[in-house]
Amino acid sequence: MTSNVVDFEDILNNGFSDANTSIRGVVRARWERKKLESNSNNSDCSDSENRKPLSMSDRFIPNRAAMDMEKSSHAILSFDGSESSVGERTDGGASEDEEHTINSVTSDMSEYKTSVLGIDDSKTRILSFADKAPAPRGDTVNNLQVLYSASTTSRKNKSSTKLVSRHIPSAPTRILDAPDLLDDYYLNLLSWSDTNVLAVALSQTVYLWNAETGHIDELCNVESEGPDAHISSVSWIQEGGGHLAVGTSWGKTMLWDVNTQKQLRKMDGHSDRVGALSWNRHILSSGGRDNIIVNHDVRIAEHNVATLASHTQEVCGLAWSPDGMTLASGANDNKLCLWDATASSISRPRYELTEHQAAVKALAWSPHERNLLATGGGTADRCIKFWNTQSGSMLQSVDTGSQVCALQWNPYEKEILSSHGFARNQLCLWKYPTMAKVKELDGHTARVLHMAVSPDGSSVVSAAADETLRFWEVFAPPSKALSGKRGASDLPGRARSKKLSKTMQIR
Amino acid sequence: MGANDTVITLKGSVEIVSEFFFTAINSILYQRGIYQPETFKRESKYGLTVLTTTDQGLLSYLGNVMSQMESWLIDGDVQRLVVVVTGIDSGETLERWQFNVLVENGDVEVSLMSANDENVSQNVVKKKLSGDGMENKRGAKNVKEVHDEIQAIIRQITASVTFLPLLNEPCSFDLLIYTNKTAIVPKKWDDSDPRYIMNSQEVKLRSFTTSFHKVESMVTYKEVDEWEL
Repeated sequence: MTSNVVDFEDILNNGFSDANTSIRGVVRARWERKKLESNSNNSDCSDSENRKPLSMSDRFIPNRAAMDMEKSSHAILSFDGSESSVGERTDGGASEDEEHTINSVTSDMSEYKTSVLGIDDSKTRILSFADKAPAPRGDTVNNLQVLYSASTTSRKNKSSTKLVSRHIPSAPTRILDAPDLLDDYYLNLLSWSDTNVLAVALSQTVYLWNAETGHIDELCNVESEGPDAHISSVSWIQEGGGHLAVGTSWGKTMLWDVNTQKQLRKMDGHSDRVGALSWNRHILSSGGRDNIIVNHDVRIAEHNVATLASHTQEVCGLAWSPDGMTLASGANDNKLCLWDATASSISRPRYELTEHQAAVKALAWSPHERNLLATGGGTADRCIKFWNTQSGSMLQSVDTGSQVCALQWNPYEKEILSSHGFARNQLCLWKYPTMAKVKELDGHTARVLHMAVSPDGSSVVSAAADETLRFWEVFAPPSKALSGKRGASDLPGRARSKKLSKTMQIR
Repeated sequence: MGANDTVITLKGSVEIVSEFFFTAINSILYQRGIYQPETFKRESKYGLTVLTTTDQGLLSYLGNVMSQMESWLIDGDVQRLVVVVTGIDSGETLERWQFNVLVENGDVEVSLMSANDENVSQNVVKKKLSGDGMENKRGAKNVKEVHDEIQAIIRQITASVTFLPLLNEPCSFDLLIYTNKTAIVPKKWDDSDPRYIMNSQEVKLRSFTTSFHKVESMVTYKEVDEWEL
């Protein structure tokens, strides 16, 4: 230990004086020469003279030469009193100095052990069972390997096996900058209204981008609430596109009239940021970091009609079913909960589903089948799971090999689009229910956090941590020729399904 | 709550602790990919879906260790359980999961840490250590409360894949039990060295307590050299 310290000073001093030399020229000052001499005399390292000159940078570069690894390792291995497999030091001539060092290391370590680790050597025995556990079978590949080995360039292009008849462009049709888009998995910062206006929250500001005209409006800014205040979620009302719900980092949920650009309401109910929002007609559900979900009836003064508490960590995904009967919620406690529309503050969820092994953020209700819900899990889970929400049973589970950040169904076909994080940050289109990979869309350079589908159902916008929005033409409706062949009756057009949902709401 | 309201006895506490160890070890083996994922089955426990092994050899090994563990727990001889993950080829200890067992008396403080964080990126090792000294409870707890605390630990083990370095080589594991010197040791048990890790990083996980035992958990792992990233 002590000699290490000396060495270290030596190096520092040498480095320092070298740096000076370079400034002042070749001639060393007397004190420098003295110091060098005395150092090389004192040092017990025989090679100190022919040590390479240190680089003259201002950074500290750790030098392993200054450490006596052998000595340290001996000290560590032997302090335990157990017969060290390293054996005695072979060089025999361990000087008193070295012995002393080892002893002091040993006593330091045992002091550390008793005081910090709480182990007293004299009272503890470390035991292991003689019959060891069976070794894993040889070909065990760590299932996490997929996360790391998924190279960003490798691609198994399965789309050649013609799963779809339409052409899906591999490149985005448009890219928009989204500076300061927060890289936070738990937020929901993107929403596309049925009047074709895209709302996106960039840190403290909500912007509205009109997809027809390309016009950009700034809706609101929360700078006045303090430097750490930010928008944590946005969600358009289902019909009409007149109102936008905005969740904030300080627990308030705001309701904005977009046409007049005025704030209509400010609703409380949460004690921490509101990361997830979902509309069911006049009911706005909000999920927060305070683990609760609040149902607000936006028409009445006493807006808080139910507080749903079942999650034990931050709620990050919320989605009402298209028929308005079920609310699905996902949270960082890895749970997926299904709530009846009639749930009150004392209700328990209809189902608590614990199959996911990581946070559940991505939620998507099938527009084709009633009670079919798709959910995606975080890094430790990486699965897309499908549920029958009536029975609470899991229908299918697919490991995607990467964090699932968002899911979006194709309104025209039984296909689902997923967006992913590390390592490839891709979007992936799957055929349901076979879950054959139709297409992978690369382009984003950081994880793809949010997705939204256009009102005509043909394009999808993705927002990623690389601070861009990309538009993809993935869901184009079946062409006329094709639809003629199939007959009009089985054309599940978005327009039709929208009409359907309208009639359902009247009912 | 009914039956759950009953106060935990020493025997009950030992059962809880050893069941926790069994579940935790299984979770580690599954999450760290030490055994093939296909050999695990899903099971509902602590309000979670946990994965437990179906491998007969492994089950009988764990059974042997756990039954001995229980008798030591009853005698109050167990100080800690360590799950050591070792590379088969290199023979190097790569991870050490440590569960300290403290025999309870009086006040208990529970430390909190949020490891379940999807925002932690895979290739940067980040640690979030925050908040401690949460609750101060004296006396009896019911099984439900204990299960909630255990649930949090199992979840952290699951979430640990987000910060632990990838185990790049096939690994095996071993269980070390630290006991008092006075403990009665059956023939089949040998003394072992502690199998420490050089250049280690440690992350403290949550703890739980029955009224008899407090179990603190933490994981230490070999730090990845930065230039290898």
